Amino acid sequence: MRASRSGNIWQHVDWTTIGLFLVLVLFGWLNIYGASYTFDQTSIFDFSNRAGKQFAWIIGSVVMGIVLLLIDYKTYDVLAYIAYGAMLLLLLATPFLAHDIKGSMSWISLGPVSLQPAEFAKCIVALAVAKYMGRYEYKLRSWRDLIVPFALIGVPALIIMVLQKETGSALVFAAFLLVFYRQGMSGYVLWTGVAAVALFIISIRWGEVALPLGSGSVGMLTCMLLLTAVEIFFICKEHQMRWQPLILVGSVLAIYGISLLVNIWVTVPFNWVSVGVVVALMLYTIFVSLYWRKYMLLLVAAFSLFCIGYTQACDFVFQKVLQPHQRIRIEVLLGMKEDPAGAGYNVNQARIAIGSGRFFGKGYLNGTQTKLQFVPEQDTDFIFCTVGEEWGFVGSIGVLLVYLWFILRLIEIAERQRSLFTQIYAYAVASIFLFHLTINVGMVLGLLPVIGIPLPFFSYGGSSLWGFTLLLFILLRLDAARMEQLR
Amino acid sequence: MINDLFYKRRYVISGIAVVVVLVYIIRLFYLQIIDQSTKDQADNNALVKQTIYPSRGLIYDRNGELLVFNQPIYEVTMVMRDMKAGWDTAAFCRCLQISQAEFDERIAEIKDRRKNRGYSRWTPQVFMSQLKKEDIATLQEELFLFPGIQIQKRTLRDYTYNAAAHVLGSVGEVNQNDIDRDSYYARGDYSGRDGLERTYEKELRGEKGVEVLMRDSRGRMQGSYQNGELDRPAKAGTDLYTTLDIRLQLLAEELLAGKIGSAVAIEPKTGEILALVSNPSWNPKVLVGKDRSKNYNILLSDKTKPLMNRATQAMYPPGSTFKTVQSLVCLEQGAITPNTLYPCSGPASTPIKCTHHHGSPVALDRAIEQSCNPYFWCAFRDLLQMDGYGKDNEDFRHRYELWREAVMSFGLGQRFTDSDLNEQSAGSIPSTRLFDKFYGKTGWKAITIRSLSIGQGEILETPLQLANQAATIANEGYYISPHLNKNDSMLTHRHELKIQKKHFEVVKDGMHRVMVYGTGRHYAIDSLHMAGKTGTAQNPHGRDHAIFIGFAPVEDPKIAVAVVVENAGFGATWACPVATMMIEQYLTGEVKRKDLRKRIGETVLNESVKKW
Repeated sequence: MRASRSGNIWQHVDWTTIGLFLVLVLFGWLNIYGASYTFDQTSIFDFSNRAGKQFAWIIGSVVMGIVLLLIDYKTYDVLAYIAYGAMLLLLLATPFLAHDIKGSMSWISLGPVSLQPAEFAKCIVALAVAKYMGRYEYKLRSWRDLIVPFALIGVPALIIMVLQKETGSALVFAAFLLVFYRQGMSGYVLWTGVAAVALFIISIRWGEVALPLGSGSVGMLTCMLLLTAVEIFFICKEHQMRWQPLILVGSVLAIYGISLLVNIWVTVPFNWVSVGVVVALMLYTIFVSLYWRKYMLLLVAAFSLFCIGYTQACDFVFQKVLQPHQRIRIEVLLGMKEDPAGAGYNVNQARIAIGSGRFFGKGYLNGTQTKLQFVPEQDTDFIFCTVGEEWGFVGSIGVLLVYLWFILRLIEIAERQRSLFTQIYAYAVASIFLFHLTINVGMVLGLLPVIGIPLPFFSYGGSSLWGFTLLLFILLRLDAARMEQLR
Repeated sequence: MINDLFYKRRYVISGIAVVVVLVYIIRLFYLQIIDQSTKDQADNNALVKQTIYPSRGLIYDRNGELLVFNQPIYEVTMVMRDMKAGWDTAAFCRCLQISQAEFDERIAEIKDRRKNRGYSRWTPQVFMSQLKKEDIATLQEELFLFPGIQIQKRTLRDYTYNAAAHVLGSVGEVNQNDIDRDSYYARGDYSGRDGLERTYEKELRGEKGVEVLMRDSRGRMQGSYQNGELDRPAKAGTDLYTTLDIRLQLLAEELLAGKIGSAVAIEPKTGEILALVSNPSWNPKVLVGKDRSKNYNILLSDKTKPLMNRATQAMYPPGSTFKTVQSLVCLEQGAITPNTLYPCSGPASTPIKCTHHHGSPVALDRAIEQSCNPYFWCAFRDLLQMDGYGKDNEDFRHRYELWREAVMSFGLGQRFTDSDLNEQSAGSIPSTRLFDKFYGKTGWKAITIRSLSIGQGEILETPLQLANQAATIANEGYYISPHLNKNDSMLTHRHELKIQKKHFEVVKDGMHRVMVYGTGRHYAIDSLHMAGKTGTAQNPHGRDHAIFIGFAPVEDPKIAVAVVVENAGFGATWACPVATMMIEQYLTGEVKRKDLRKRIGETVLNESVKKW
């Protein structure tokens, strides 16, 4: 066990990650200059413009990184809960101290600069979760063991969403699901989440589209067919007699075949046929689970029942529960509505900006779309447009691959830890970066709904840059001390 | 190293990251490589092609006198967004000499999206247009006081003379049809709507230039794109030299003032139109700029139909002027010789009485001189009956066809299709089909169509055709389609008549005698040998139309003229003096007969003719 003297911290720090961090930050800075560049602009260091301010933030971030590396690694463990408590207070107080900026109550003014406490909350929550789950006594055996971790992420998320009206920042806490998954949470939880989103999209997108044959909707039939497949998968998995599932598949196919045949003479309501098949399989599942005492299958049956109700409820939620602007965003995203001047404006302009970059891009500072402010939020949430337009396909892929390298490096760092605290924290960091990358770039590319969260290190803004710096450099400090820890 | 139970899950999490990045790369590949639509959209978004308007070609007369030019006009535009607090509206109104109320009203109009569909707070909106230099002079000096205000320069047509409105035509905004037909035009462009402006639109308009500017999402201009590499300067229109003699044109317009009528003068050897007057007319300046549509509607509803170019569109029975053509056709087709004599019983003649008193019998030269109706009836009858009537009237109808063909070779009954005159009527030389329809194939004889012999009945000519007829006689057997473009020598468009040269001698002699002994003798000038023929076209709607055709000098014709004055009575009284003064003006450079000029010019024959 070595002493944690500042003298040898530089030998153990992960220079690859620091290098990737610097590449991303500096390239991001160039693009902020490009995005906010107008024709009469003078210098990238001019503090009256955003690139100049970002330069100040970057200097601050580097200083912060160095300071974080010099602090004793044990501090983070020790302070985790205290910081968490303080953070909750700050988050609660924020709406009362904040100015209303575009409907969001998340900014606190400190003299000339504004800070967004939510950006720093991610790091503190990650530390608290790591501390709780990294305890020696802690074992993730059942869902009960997840109550506290879920609460640790849920409380700040709720405060941010409800009181500060920052849905995007709150959603980031969903990234912790990956951390829990790595620590032993059932994979079904992840899959259920994916399934819920998929069913929702299918039933909304194609719910109104009529089948070419018979009566019924494409959305409903697709949902039910997916459900049928899931049921058959689990029956096969748990069934003791290997040949019986084949009969099941055969009879399902036979039912649909006969329906198609009958459809020649009589219009068949395929919605009801498909629901009938799912219900029949569900009853069979219950029978099998009771007969073979495979109680796990009861869950599958319950899931089926829930899904039938869920697909029916989706439409209701979509039409009645969602706000009109949210509904339009979803409709535009799913291609159900063309609205290039309204809700689809950002996405459409982003698409045009990126698309017009072609293979090699228009060259640095030559982008007409971003430079001329066609893309809103082009130096914050939509900064990736500038990359796409000015650096083209080559540049965009380059940035994505650097991010991938960065995230995979963080996972590698996580896996080499002896301390569970550090490992959990490292996964939290990796997951948060992955989540930001996925949502932000997906939004800019028109694949995901518009959710305003920044692209780490790229988007303009001191809070987000410093928040990510804090997140990353605490990890680097902990990683540098990995040899000094037993576990 | 720890937690080995779920060690493999690191690959699931890494896998998710890889899949996400992969999906995004595929999406980027689609957006940036496959999908071609975004490039154009981006250009439309960010690049503004600002049109640079060329200056329209100038129009000159045959002596290089400037007739039509361009006057700069100014538009005051404003960007609402830039008009912030502290903007001194009162001072602005003073600069433009408008009242606060007018200002408010105009602003309300601009902001009203129903009236101004393209309204945006960020783009320049036209506040006032069609301003003269003196109107904006004050504002120009104090422009810096008013952020958001710009002064744009455009050009409008302007005219040196209040003359030749029909010939020159006018320039107006293009309509949807023009835009569909010719991709050169865009909404708001101007093009020649009629007259020469329309005929020579392609030459006069020049070529628009373009300046590619970059624009941000709020419509603000941000400078030129790629340092102006894509810019193209405007190419000014070609100047047009017309065949008009503006002095002659002005004189003819002066003489026709207060009358409804027209006058056309042609240089016989070239077919160049020296003057082309239609009265009532208008001052070409009134169909320019902001008052164009208002004035156009006034002209349109005027019951004297000033917009109609009577010189090329109105059709009149040529009356006695047609006797010149009749003589030539009868001579050529062998119905008469210069020595053929026909008796005349004066007003007692049948079936057509003679309006003049002269000896009997008469030969052709005297018949023309005295405009003897019976002579031409007899000649026409003999021509048509030369082969008898034949079975089913065949031979008679054949003769009529031959006659018609010969008459039409003078350019009658058809448009000058190779001319650059836009608005033309064909006139009419009735076909056998027409008479067959009226009377049945066998139902018509020479006597049935006797009025054709003296240029009445179904024969109709435009003043342009009358002038061309005079030019053809002056040329002794050919004409060049009358035209207005001096640069375009139309000598290849020479139309030869199938009438031998020798026959013209007697007709020209007869026409010369008209001016010495006949109906035109009062307006003869000693120094000039003129030839002419008066005509009085019967008009079922009112007083007869006075017609005159003529040319001079007889020895070497330099000008051929046709004048029609509607409802003026005898051709000799009104049309002839106008024509002779035009000839005098053109050949001698001045009109010595000042009293005559004054009398004719100041006489008002039609009260409703308006002077613009």
